[in-house]
Amino acid sequence: MTPLDLDANATEPLRPEARDALLRALATGGNPSSVHGGGRAARRILEEARRAVAGRFGGEVVFTSGGTEANALALHALSPGRRVLLGATEHAAVRAAAPQGASALPVHGDGTLDLAALEAALRGGPPALVCAMAANNETGVLHPLAEVAALCRSHGALLHVDAVQAARLSAELPGNTLALSGHKLGGPPGAGALVLRGGLALTPLIPGGGQEQGRRGGTEALPAIAGLAAALLAPYDAPRLASLRDAVEAALGEGVVIAGKDAPRLPNTVLAVLPGVAAETVVIALDLAGVRVSAGAACSSGKVARSHVLEAMGFGEDAGSGIRLSLPWNAPDDAPERFRRAWEGVRARLSSRRPALAT
Amino acid sequence: MRVLVAMSGGVDSSVVAALLTEQGHEVIGATLQLYDHGAAIQKKGACCAGQDIRDARDVADGLGIPHYVLDRETRFRQAVIEDFADSYARGETPIPCIRCNQTVKFQDLTALAEDLGCEALATGHYAQRLDGPDGSPELHRAADPVRDQSYFLAHTTRDQLSRVLFPLGGLTSKAEVRAHAARLGVPVAEKPDSQDICFVPEGRYDALVGKLRPEALEPGEIVDESGAVLGTHRGIARYTVGQGRGLGVSAAERLFVTALDPARRRVVVGHRADLPVEEVALGEVNWLIAPPEGAFRCEAKLRGREQPQPATATWDGTTLHLRPDSPAVAAPGQAAVLYDGSRVLAGGFIRRRAVDRAGRAA
Repeated sequence: MTPLDLDANATEPLRPEARDALLRALATGGNPSSVHGGGRAARRILEEARRAVAGRFGGEVVFTSGGTEANALALHALSPGRRVLLGATEHAAVRAAAPQGASALPVHGDGTLDLAALEAALRGGPPALVCAMAANNETGVLHPLAEVAALCRSHGALLHVDAVQAARLSAELPGNTLALSGHKLGGPPGAGALVLRGGLALTPLIPGGGQEQGRRGGTEALPAIAGLAAALLAPYDAPRLASLRDAVEAALGEGVVIAGKDAPRLPNTVLAVLPGVAAETVVIALDLAGVRVSAGAACSSGKVARSHVLEAMGFGEDAGSGIRLSLPWNAPDDAPERFRRAWEGVRARLSSRRPALAT
Repeated sequence: MRVLVAMSGGVDSSVVAALLTEQGHEVIGATLQLYDHGAAIQKKGACCAGQDIRDARDVADGLGIPHYVLDRETRFRQAVIEDFADSYARGETPIPCIRCNQTVKFQDLTALAEDLGCEALATGHYAQRLDGPDGSPELHRAADPVRDQSYFLAHTTRDQLSRVLFPLGGLTSKAEVRAHAARLGVPVAEKPDSQDICFVPEGRYDALVGKLRPEALEPGEIVDESGAVLGTHRGIARYTVGQGRGLGVSAAERLFVTALDPARRRVVVGHRADLPVEEVALGEVNWLIAPPEGAFRCEAKLRGREQPQPATATWDGTTLHLRPDSPAVAAPGQAAVLYDGSRVLAGGFIRRRAVDRAGRAA
């Protein structure tokens, strides 16, 4: 039986629209910077993709190698001369790119940004750069970005939004800059974008040959970029995924805590906390049972670490006990049922030594 | 059956994974990440460096089996590294590889195996797990005496042992392992055998101990068995019972450490003839047989690199009193393992003897 993919937030399966666009761009070939006809053909594809992204979010679009680079570029360009304030649950791509001395903004127990704390931090002091993710990659929790943006405006702060997980959900994302990633949308890996609004100047992170109007050097990864744009425009059936998500949550049963359950969330994401059980054990057991999930956070060696997101939400000891189930855009209708069957077997074994899990 | 194989990245556990796969079992590979190797400095010869994790993963990929890296840094720090420093501070000479086997390896991995629906945990250790006449598991020395690791496994509980496989324990030579490796396509990187303490870079354990238990590196007096002060030492953690070098005291006859007295931060020295003791007390005893009532004969091994010596043992319910036929040198903190021929009967840790006010070991 084919494994059940519940790890879309790691990477979405390639969407057919993206695949077509990718193949067309591959067939076209060429370097968008070339003067000749081949360059023009490549440039047409590139600018079409740029218009597609800009058309959705407004502003100018700088293509990058991915979400991590887009976030790093925003921080590199916007942080000089500003205090950097970032949400405690931001992705490592943002946290690691933040300058030393950046302060973490607390989140509530449901994972949403503490607006009172943001306002207090913004009041007084030199101008700030606030980094707030649109949707958390582990919990799917959406920050109240409209309120965050209003606070930033009234205090003269810039707002960078890591929109990597939320870009499909809404075109109404505020922020002076937005970071996007192709493969989180169902495009191929290798392309991302930074959306710039309000004529913001940008010093490049990678200088190079003047591509992207001098804002990001290096020949554009045209096929991946074309795939990103196509994936962004592809229809995303959020209500269907939300109902599958609810069914998956119901299948988890008693004794499992859903992080941020009552907060606004992505339609496809569940972070299930199993008190007293190492997330790693559950991820492995489900893998062996043909269900692909992840722990809240995993480093490149594959080892499972405690989740800084759950820690920030006050889960304490249980910050190492969260497993993330994220439905892909093409999740089959029987995904919750297939998950339930696998989970019941795993749960029965785990509960033999952990009475709290027995139902 | 489904088997969890603890893969270190070395040839032994790689061959175990390959053999079990060849036999048609559903093999799941797991490699422990025990500490941040960046912080612990790249060193050769010790187990568990970052390269070893990648090697284990490559072997698993080659075999087409799933493989997982298990983050055990916190557990290892608490169960092994802190215990290591605490033991020195108590005036003992710890044996961290046994602590690691006891906790991070066999206790945790047999539990994980159960959680994953595995019938057994297999490792590349050289020891034999045999089934006794009543079906209960027995631990025996490896068929190859040179490679025998039963001393390091004697603290495995009977319950753990019932779910453990040592597929290499019956092999009689290193050449056999290499032949299996060659046949099964397991790469045999020329790696030195692990002998050092894996988490101690360059054998410099004092810096680590000093960080965790600074009092163990504070200077104090070197006294003889009558309590007379002969000199000063640089911290009791730098000394072990039986040590005859590096004491920095001059005497007509060579002196040896006979006891460590952490309460008064003293190193007690004496003559070679003062070292052997008539009786050794063992605590934290793990029985692999039903504990005999009354005195019983056995062979006892009091350190990793010695042959078991005949002895008489008595169990009083909490302490195992061991009387070697010939008085023996016993370093507190080290493991003692009791054998009956090839069979392991019990394992324990050598207890520190009480030291009287004069500094004399009672």
